[in-house]
Amino acid sequence: MTGPGGTLAAPGLARPRDSGEVAALLAESRRVAPVGGGTKLAWGAPGDAPDLLLSTEGLGAIVEHNAGDLTVILEAGVTLRGAQEQFAGVGQRLALDPPDGDGRATVGGILATADSGPLRHRYGAVRDLILGVRVALPDGTVARAGSNVIKNVAGYDLAKLMCGALGTLGVICEATLRLHPLPEQSITVWGSATDPGVLARAARLLAGRALELEALDLRWDGPAAGGCLLARAVGRAAASTAGTVAALMGEAGLEVDPVHEDDAELWAEQRARQRALPDGAVVRVSALPADLERVLGACESAVGRAALGLAWVRLDGEDAAGVERLRAALAPAPCVVLDAPEALRRAVDPWGVVEGPELDLLRRVKARFDPTGVCNPGRFAGGI
Amino acid sequence: MAQPVPAPPARPPSGDFPAAELVRRVRAICGDEHVLTHPHDLRTYQSDGLLHYHVVPPVAVLPGDGEQVREVVAVCHELSVPWVARGAGSGLSGGALPIADGVLLVLSRMRRVLEVDLENQRVVVEPGVTNIAVSHAVAPDYFYPPDPSSQIVCSIGGNVAENSGGAHCFKYGFTTNYVTGLEVVLPDGGVVELGGKHLDPPGYDLLGAFVGSEGTLGVATRITLRVVPAPESVKTLVAFFADVRSAGAAVSAIVSAGLVPAAIEMMDALAIHASEQMAHAGWPPEAGAALLVELDGPRAECEARFGELETLCRESESTGVRVARTAAERAVFWKMRKSAFPAAGRISSHYFVQDGVIPRTRLPEVLGRIEELGREYGLRIANVFHAGDGNLHPLVCFDGHRPGEAARAEELSGLILEACLNAGGSITGEHGVGVDKRAYMGKMFTEADLAAFQMLRCAFDPDGLANPGKVMPTPRLCGEVPGPYRVHPLEAAGLADRF
Repeated sequence: MTGPGGTLAAPGLARPRDSGEVAALLAESRRVAPVGGGTKLAWGAPGDAPDLLLSTEGLGAIVEHNAGDLTVILEAGVTLRGAQEQFAGVGQRLALDPPDGDGRATVGGILATADSGPLRHRYGAVRDLILGVRVALPDGTVARAGSNVIKNVAGYDLAKLMCGALGTLGVICEATLRLHPLPEQSITVWGSATDPGVLARAARLLAGRALELEALDLRWDGPAAGGCLLARAVGRAAASTAGTVAALMGEAGLEVDPVHEDDAELWAEQRARQRALPDGAVVRVSALPADLERVLGACESAVGRAALGLAWVRLDGEDAAGVERLRAALAPAPCVVLDAPEALRRAVDPWGVVEGPELDLLRRVKARFDPTGVCNPGRFAGGI
Repeated sequence: MAQPVPAPPARPPSGDFPAAELVRRVRAICGDEHVLTHPHDLRTYQSDGLLHYHVVPPVAVLPGDGEQVREVVAVCHELSVPWVARGAGSGLSGGALPIADGVLLVLSRMRRVLEVDLENQRVVVEPGVTNIAVSHAVAPDYFYPPDPSSQIVCSIGGNVAENSGGAHCFKYGFTTNYVTGLEVVLPDGGVVELGGKHLDPPGYDLLGAFVGSEGTLGVATRITLRVVPAPESVKTLVAFFADVRSAGAAVSAIVSAGLVPAAIEMMDALAIHASEQMAHAGWPPEAGAALLVELDGPRAECEARFGELETLCRESESTGVRVARTAAERAVFWKMRKSAFPAAGRISSHYFVQDGVIPRTRLPEVLGRIEELGREYGLRIANVFHAGDGNLHPLVCFDGHRPGEAARAEELSGLILEACLNAGGSITGEHGVGVDKRAYMGKMFTEADLAAFQMLRCAFDPDGLANPGKVMPTPRLCGEVPGPYRVHPLEAAGLADRF
């Protein structure tokens, strides 16, 4: 299978139609790679070659959209774009906006990779939006955890455990997610500077105010071109909030652009820059807000969540030394190679996880859920 | 407050408890004065907030720091002694109920705020720190949103174990949305750092799995929390309705209009009547239901939306709307809501509190069913709940001195949970399963679901030493892990296949 994010080949391809079929395939197979829209095939370590590609395209139903409760039950193969179109029809949305690979990215793939976009600023990550999960396990069973309501503490939160596990514990077949109302209007304010210190200070000033911004992002194009902060104000009083933002940006020394009411393109560009250029690589940096200046100083091209300390840094796809330099410069911030040519993912450990009690515990979890290594073996942190 | 009703211990003593050696060794770790063995001292810890379960533990240990916790847990592991961690003991599901042949690890001495890092919007605390102390540590510019009603006494360690909610979680989320890092002592005495101040650490989201695991995966000894900027404006109103059904319709109207209130709380007539005796708010005695709604956010946004909220309440046949004009009035509104549980003790000698959750749109139907059950059983039920979340707290009132009435009240409580499950909900929204709702786990989850839970449990605690007997409906053991799959030599040579 070839997607915009790489290629994955296997002798077998299956398109199960329900969770029971997924579980049966896991129970009788050796090495299975679950695939959705194929937009993130180049994520993680190269791993062992799978015997079977398990496509989730047969799991394409919006099982239940409970508009009045702002919840939805989706099968894994539903595309994010398709689902959002349905939610928008009733003024709602899933507050999750990772790059969607021209509409191909599926809910299952987004959950399995815990990918996120600018809305992360206000609404959190997939882990914060997921309420329940139905997962096919390598022992051939189908287990459900969580619930279909927005508040529940019964049982272990395996839904969060599955988010970001890259399909190495089982295959997410269905998930219940919380929805949010679509804002009636939005205004983006944009302020630029060439000095990373000025940008970082402005980011902290905005992050410390309860402006209820929907997104607060950063874009960086190296010391010569500089960068900018983008703040998206929403709600009835969006104009008033945008005015406050512009004043604060000015106060912090940014050059403030006029406000943008037609702001979709600006944010599409932010999302696109979380992906590598052709033959390039992207590293996701988990820094702290206070480290922002250091992050910008260590790279030539990045986007990020200014108040959260997360940044996506673009590198040359053959530059293993560049990955190591970035890690050294930003230690102890985790730097995960997401999207990169296979050669780079062989040259450096994409996860950058070191041996220790934490990795031992990850392996113990894997050993309990997938003792024989059926699910995506070798692709996850620490060779899991 | 309701009086305890005796109930059998969760786990009978096994008789081979190595008391002498254990006590000697934990005294050497924590100091004699922090190891309690006298029944008189131990009785303090026999129950948590759910008083009708009580078990006197043989030993209670009060470690002073994370290293002492680690050493005590390591000794327990070596001697195969199970243990239960306890924070403030305010939990409502018996999650911190001691076990008769185990150690009670009391974390109340560990109450240091270790670091306030506002630049990164983080606070690092020990588990015994109270919930309110976190907000105090970052006031006035920041606050810590999850706010259980018990927030002035409950501990952050307990909040982490239970994934505590509160009145403001409709907008702000739960404990799990605010924990970014944990230092955890595992049941084998090992220590792991899960997450930290940063987001998206590589690896499984064990932080997400640990929060809400009710002390069965280990004990958190250092907790990193996210705090958020305090809202510029907070506006609160209470709207009265003829009955719970019309108040429920107002909730739907508010949410459908795209408003996301910080809190939407509902009380029925009996709950208002009870709370009035403690909070003296002077709410109309004829009100069939009261809806407490709070908006917060930037001033201009809050003003614009608040007018809309008032209109929506009036359009939903509210019989009267009162707006809190001062902080003192707001405090009285909240006192009405937050005193509902203790106030129930003034109208009934005993009561059971339930914690079921339903989809918000099913409120009228399920409340109708609860009312019907109350009539059928001849018992009064006061309803207070987080209406935005659909999290119900029916208080089933009974007289424990009348033979058989406690049992009938318990049966009725169980039927309420069944009604919640039938409506597509959950048996617990914020109190946890503990010992109290174990029996209902099998109604919410299948055997395969429970087996998957056990996989996680066994990865953390293969010997079953951390808070045994809680959460799961029946005791389970962990089998050996089959070794990682290795290619058989015949297979490698192409002579055999595993299919």
